Amino acid sequence: MKDKVSADISLNVSGVTVTYRNGNTGLRDASFSLSAGSICGLVGVNGSGKSTLFKAIMGFVTPTTGTVQIGGRPAAEAMRKNLVAYVPQAEEVDWNFPVLVEDVVMMGRYGHMGFLRTPSVHDRAMVTDALDRVRMTEYRDRQIGELSGGQKKRVFLARALAQEGKLILLDEPFTGVDVKTEHAIIDLMGELRDAGHLMLVSTHNLGSVPDFCDQVVLINQTVLAAGPTETTFTQSNLEEAFGGVLRHFRLDGTELHNDEDERGVTVLTDDERPVIFYGNKDRAHEPRRRQRDRDETGPPPEFMDDAS
Amino acid sequence: MSELLVPFAYDYMIKAMVISALVGGVCAFLSAYLMLKGWSLMGDALAHAIVPGVAGAYILGLPFAAGAFLAGLLASLGMYLVNQVSRLREDAIIGLIFTSFFAFGLLLVSIYPTAVNVQTIIMGNVLAIPDDEALQVLIIAAVSLTILTLKWRDLMVVFFDENYARTVGLHPIRLKILFFTLLSACTVAALQTVGAFLVVAMVITPGATAYLLTDRFHILLLLSVAIGAATSFIGAYLSFFLNGATGGIIVVLQTVVFLAIFLFAPKHGLLQTRRAAAASIAEHEQTS
Ligand SMILES: Nc1ncnc2c1ncn2[C@@H]1O[C@H](COP(=O)(O)OP(=O)(O)O)[C@@H](O)[C@H]1O
Ligand SMILES: [Mg+2]
Repeated sequence: MKDKVSADISLNVSGVTVTYRNGNTGLRDASFSLSAGSICGLVGVNGSGKSTLFKAIMGFVTPTTGTVQIGGRPAAEAMRKNLVAYVPQAEEVDWNFPVLVEDVVMMGRYGHMGFLRTPSVHDRAMVTDALDRVRMTEYRDRQIGELSGGQKKRVFLARALAQEGKLILLDEPFTGVDVKTEHAIIDLMGELRDAGHLMLVSTHNLGSVPDFCDQVVLINQTVLAAGPTETTFTQSNLEEAFGGVLRHFRLDGTELHNDEDERGVTVLTDDERPVIFYGNKDRAHEPRRRQRDRDETGPPPEFMDDAS
Repeated sequence: MSELLVPFAYDYMIKAMVISALVGGVCAFLSAYLMLKGWSLMGDALAHAIVPGVAGAYILGLPFAAGAFLAGLLASLGMYLVNQVSRLREDAIIGLIFTSFFAFGLLLVSIYPTAVNVQTIIMGNVLAIPDDEALQVLIIAAVSLTILTLKWRDLMVVFFDENYARTVGLHPIRLKILFFTLLSACTVAALQTVGAFLVVAMVITPGATAYLLTDRFHILLLLSVAIGAATSFIGAYLSFFLNGATGGIIVVLQTVVFLAIFLFAPKHGLLQTRRAAAASIAEHEQTS
């Protein structure tokens, strides 16, 4: 039913520079490309241009130079085709607006509706399904301001699900969210990746990046490195991206081992979850993946009720 | 009893009541949006900015609505442009633009003391509205109401989350232009009923009142329109007995309704909020 272009989504950012009206350059000469069935972490400090990059991808700000192509089309056209779903940063939302959870999720269907935007049976079913997938069904009649941080995130995630966008942009989805919800969001993203979606997720939560991202883009005003997590998310690249902002701990081999093993542990943290490198100092290493709860005794992570 | 029906025996009263109700309803529709964006004073600004347009139209012998509308659009455009190119805060820009338009209007009126009755512009006089002006007002209100009924959902999404509106293929800028065009048009219409000073109440109070009663936008719209239309109708009716000052009566009525709901609303009212807080404290004390 769907044509090939929209079935195989891709994102192509080439040479994008964004200068704000006040003369601030939010992003300089950014280039990278991604293709379907992938979760890409967009990693950088505050003010490094993550949100600016999102805005440029969606055409909310016009790049002074460079182009963005989504599924081989210009951004505006891709959005008219409902290819792009966006989960905003919490600060961008007016939480006092008189809408219920289900109303917000229904907004995700607007692009699929006719002139009068009257929801069809199918639209309602999609909303119910999306709410169910993020375990928010019992809150569907709540005003959106009356939710916890994690629940709020899930509502907007459900809106993106209901929209059926092939490219999903998530701006800091883990900020103000507890670990359980974070894992549940990560699991949901995994399902979406398997279904062929492409996700770009900004975060400065370093530790969880190797857990769920198969690609990373490191930015600081410009793209410093982009590629598969194993080869790009390295200690030296991270130190470049984060400059002196990161806390840095290193335990050398002699402090860890009683034998001749030279491998040491390096912990990088920006006060959220740290990233840990283990091995010889001078070689590039794969970052360590954390053990997930599911590998241990606890129940699999799920969206839990964190309201009470 | 029959005394209460007397206003219905006069054509001019029926005309006034119907026009007031329509204008009150459509202004209330717009108020639901304005209030949510913190743009409430925009209505006030527009009403004042319209004065030079009305004066100019009278001087040139054009329909007042055309002049008013042009001035309203110019003022909105001015506010938008200054907002784009300067770093002044929005309230300062609004204040700046509307006072300069209003001053220019007063200047025009004082230089060309024609048939314009400033009193009419500023205070409104729906009881003495001529037929052709009544028709203009009716058309403006009816067209605006139709467009709003068709497009309220699109406007809601734009007002709630402009960025998201774009990702679902809406055109926020076009829709905002549409909204401000309607606002300018309806402000012109309201000028006739309640006058420039009180238009602001018509485009704030009903929405603010309804906001205290519901958490759903479409219900907010319905309540707001109902409150706006009913208070305007009743206000016009009462002005027959109180002899004139229709605008004043309408706005006083709206304020009374607002105060009552502010106190007694089931969920967001002052008393209920207090009661809920007290109950939760009591419950806490019981359990501990
Ligand atoms: N609306 C704006 N006007 C001017 N400068 C801006 C604006 N938004 C962001 N910037 C600047 O652009 C840079 C990148 O910001 P942003 O993309 O929000 O960073 P991040 O999302 O990574 O924290 C910062 O230096 C910021 O000050
Ligand atoms: Mg940001």
